[in-house]
This record gives sequence, structure tokens and C-alpha cells, in this order.
Amino acid sequence: MANWHLLTVEILTAALGLGLLALGLLVPHSDRRGIAYVATAGLAGILAVAIGMREASGVVLGGYVIDPFGTYFKILFLVAAMLTAVCSYDYVEKMGLNQAEYYALLILATLGMMILASSGELVSLYTGLELMTITFCILAAYHLGDAKSAEAGIKYLLLGAMSSAIFLYGLSLVYGSSGTTVIREIGQQVATRGASPALLLGTIFILAGFAFKVTAVPFHMWSPDVYEGAPTPVTGFLSVASKAAAFAALVRVFFGALPDLHNFWVQLFIALAVLTIVLGNLVAIPQTNIKRLLAYSSIAQAGYLLLGIVSFSVLGVGAVAYYAMLYVFGNMGAFMAATAFYNNDGSDEIKDYAGLARRSPLVAALMLFSLLSLAGIPPMAGFVGKFYLFMSIISRQYIWLAILGILMSMVSVYYYLLVAKAMYLGNPPEGSKPLQVAPGLQVAMVVSLLILFILGIYPTPLTNYAMNSAVTFFMP
Amino acid sequence: MLDVSALLFWLLAAITIAAALAVVLLKNIVHSALYLVLTFAGVAGIYILLQAEFLAAVQLLIYAGAVAILIVFAVMLTRRGDIKASNLYNFNYLAAGVVSLALLVIIILGNGRMAWTAAPAPAPASNVAAIANAFLGRYAIPFEVAAVLLLVAMVGAILLARGGKPER
Repeated sequence: MANWHLLTVEILTAALGLGLLALGLLVPHSDRRGIAYVATAGLAGILAVAIGMREASGVVLGGYVIDPFGTYFKILFLVAAMLTAVCSYDYVEKMGLNQAEYYALLILATLGMMILASSGELVSLYTGLELMTITFCILAAYHLGDAKSAEAGIKYLLLGAMSSAIFLYGLSLVYGSSGTTVIREIGQQVATRGASPALLLGTIFILAGFAFKVTAVPFHMWSPDVYEGAPTPVTGFLSVASKAAAFAALVRVFFGALPDLHNFWVQLFIALAVLTIVLGNLVAIPQTNIKRLLAYSSIAQAGYLLLGIVSFSVLGVGAVAYYAMLYVFGNMGAFMAATAFYNNDGSDEIKDYAGLARRSPLVAALMLFSLLSLAGIPPMAGFVGKFYLFMSIISRQYIWLAILGILMSMVSVYYYLLVAKAMYLGNPPEGSKPLQVAPGLQVAMVVSLLILFILGIYPTPLTNYAMNSAVTFFMP
Repeated sequence: MLDVSALLFWLLAAITIAAALAVVLLKNIVHSALYLVLTFAGVAGIYILLQAEFLAAVQLLIYAGAVAILIVFAVMLTRRGDIKASNLYNFNYLAAGVVSLALLVIIILGNGRMAWTAAPAPAPASNVAAIANAFLGRYAIPFEVAAVLLLVAMVGAILLARGGKPER
């Protein structure tokens, strides 16, 4: 008898998503806004269940692993989905279309990420990945009638399909050379039989597939265009949650199935990390559109996260998990501010942010502190996260990599502060009014701000949980 | 006996690859769609060689039958301009060709140097029963996720194809 109760979080999420689809057909058009509240409340309920199950562990049907690591990431996805849902209320109403389907798709994308983060077996890993990707294709193109949104959807669909094909080919090579799809058994096969050419080839292809999802350079080319064109809340969700999901699956595959090859793949990850950190930060400087700026900044953030993978240690994986969580609040904070601004002024250009601090102190403060957290300035949570990431690689003697990361963090302060300069020193345009921000979004903004400070000043409980969840991968 | 099936395999593989190349290289997209049917049929033949008759039947019915026909319908319903130039190259074909060839060589070297020792498992007595057991037993989770995925794709297709008409 399978232990189905371990799947509670996934089953509830699927039920919520499908229920919202049905609800959307039943509720009259005038009451559609209620669906958004049902979605948020449902996500909050599932979040509570997930937190309650944070220590649960077990294997369902031989290939689906429930462990603290997976549950940590599920909590992360649920938090990100909740923030996205709150942030979408006005935005989706403005788009004027299919609100129920929007929230249902948001939740089903979350389901895909959960499957991805918990799969101990390649077939479910791939279906989870596809559920996430295809849902995001639809969400990216959701702004019907907007050419940029359509472009974003098509680009993500075509390039995503190509990366999926490469990824799938890699999976087939790994399956062919080990004879099993269960990640743990692949690890045993590799340990006894050693590496074969086809296995190495498969490893490279799988790495390319993941690099596409985490927007590591040189597999990043889709992200600025997709981030710019997609509806702003979707961009926020895409940049934090899908990236975190890919990192969770990456850790599971590379640390679970291929730890014996780590001398080989660590070299590849170092190259990816260096390229990603340098290019992401340098190309972010000349950007004039806030969403493109955040796209390049999130490419750079993926590079920092890759450092944790390079270190191949408990500290490194724990640092990735911790950094991914505060990256949710940092990046979603910035995107919430961008959404609030877009809802009022209909613009994403940084020059239009001039004088924002006088028009809405809360939105400007959220943007400022989120960006400071992304830059890793001390009182904010980002500092602690980067500290752990750099510590993890220094403990592996990659001093030069840490120095490069710190130098590039300084570069990032420059372009983040350009936005702050516009908001705080610029003059608001003639006749501009204070920003109207919905009460729900205001609450979410204040909560994110508080969490960014709290995690920066007192990170211990979360880092402990993150580090403990990472231990799984280094037990015999 | 072994030689016959090896000969059949190489024949089917050659047909499949040639048809797949034709799909990519032909300039008329309807011809491409028709060669796609041949590609699918070739893959179905390989499934039969592997004693997966059920899979072969599904491949023929769903891919060669339904999917390819749907593609032709979609082409006919959305066609604009000259059909003879509907599946064009872009200007990067030279660079793309070099990169693809290099990749092909690497893949052939990697796979060719590999001793594929994994002995083929004996084919199950009943294909359908084995697939059913896998879907509803061991692989129940990906099976259910695939169901949700199909629903999402369907909802998305309707949403996006319906276009920007506001709700009444």
C-alpha cells in the first residue's frame, strides 16, 4: 500500500487548480474577483499544510521522494505563488480577461514545480518540467492583443521546446547507459560501473536543459525578451519560482544520480557560473526598462546560485536553498513595486520612475530595499545569502571565484542604485498623482519588506532548516 | 533470422531519417507534413521490431493519423501567401549546419565508443497489460501529471486562440 498521505500537498494543489477552473465557469462575471481571493486563501491553506509536513519523509511508488529538501522548496513555491496572486488582482482585472483561468494556471504551474522538486525519478521529473513550462508559455502570452506578450509566449514556447528536446535526449542517454530511471539507482549504477562516454554526453545535455531553465549564460538569450513581454506578475513568478524549481531538480539529479562524476561536471558549472555572473551584471547596466533590468539582474542571481552547486557541499546546497527563499522576497518585492507602478502609469521605463518616492513612499521603499537585498547590502537578507554562498566556495578553495562574485556584486550595486536615484532624487512629472495601491497588495508589500529585514537580522531558523534539508544528499 | 531483423532495422532507420530530413528541408509545408507521416510510420516499424506492437499501433493511429492530419488542417486554415515557399530557411543555415554537424559527430563518437551492455529485457507477454500496470502502478504520478498537463494545454489553446475579445 502506497503512502498516499505524503502527497497531500500535491493533491491539494491539483484540486485547488482544477477547482478554480470549474469555479470560473460557475461564478457570474461580476463576481470574478472573488476567485482571486479563493485562490489566495487556498494557497495560504496549502502553505500551512506544507509547513506542517516540513519534516515528513518517505518514498511514494518507488520514485517520488518526499523529504525536507523538497518540502522546503514547495513552501518556497507556495509563498511565491501567493505573492504573485496578490500582486495580480488589479493587473489581471485590467487585462480584462479570463481571470479564473489565470489563477488556475498559476496554481497548476506551482504543481509542476512541486513535482519537479520532489521527483526522484526521471519520467515524473520530465512531466513536472513540462507542466511548468507549458503553463508559463500560456501565462507569458496572457496579455492578449499585446504584441510583446505574444512574442514572449512564442519565444518561450519555441526555445523551451528546444531545450526540452535536448534535456530529454540527455535523459534518454542516461537511461540507456544505466538501465533505470530512478535517480538513486542511477547513482548506484554509476558508482559500480563508472562513467561511459554516453553517460557524460547525457550529463552535458541535461546540464544544458537545466541551464536554460535557470537562465545561465549562454542559455539565457530568451529571458530578457520573455521577462519584458510577459505580464509583470507572471515575470516575477517566472523569475523566482521556475528558477528555484530548476535548481531543486538540478541538485536532485546531479547530487543524487551523478555525484561520482562531480569532478567532471563541476568544471562545467564553474564556466557557467563565471559567464553568468559577469555577463548578467555587465549587461544590466545599460538597461532602461525595469523588467529588462530585473531580467539581467536575475541572470546574475542565477550565477550566484550556481556557486552553491560548484561547492558540492552541504553548506553549498543549504546556501542555494536559503538564497532561493530570500530571492523570492527580494525579486517578488521588486516586481510587486513594478506592477503597482504599471497599474497606475502604464509604463515600465526607469526614467518614468522619477520622483516615485514622493508619489508613493511605500512602493519606492519596497523597490529600494528589494534591490538592496538583491545586491547583498548588509542589513538586508541578501547579504546573509551571499555570505553563505561565498563561504561555501571559499571552503572549497575557489578563492578567485569568490573574489569575482564580490566584485560583480559591487557592479550590481551601481545599476540597482540608478533606479533608486531616479526614485528618490528625480522630480515627479508635472501633474502626477499619488499612486493608488490596493490594500491587499499594500499588506503583501509590507510583509515582504519586513521579511527581508527579519531574514537579514535573524536568519538562523531558516538557515538551520535549509542546511538540515541539504544533508539528505550527502548521506550514504 | 537475426540478420533479417537487423536489415529491417537499418532500412526503417534510413527511411525515418530521410523522411525527417525531408520534413526540415522541403520548402512546401504540406509536403513536410506528409513526410512527417512517413517519419512516424518508420518509428512505428521500429516499435514492431522491438515487439511493442501496441505502441506501434498507437503511434500509427495518433501520430501518423491524428497529429499529422491536424497539422495539415492547421496549415490549410491559416495559410497566407505562396504555399510553395511556406517552410523557408533563415539566413543562418550555414552556421547552423556547421554547428549541427559538429554536434552530430560528437554524439556519434560518444555513443559509438560506448559498449551498450545492458541486455534487452524479454518482451512482456502482453504489451497492453504491461503498459497499464506501469501507468496505473509505478508511474501513476507522471501519468496523472500528464493528464493535468493535457488539460492545461487545452485550456491555454482555447484562451489564446479565442483572442482578445472582452468578456461579456
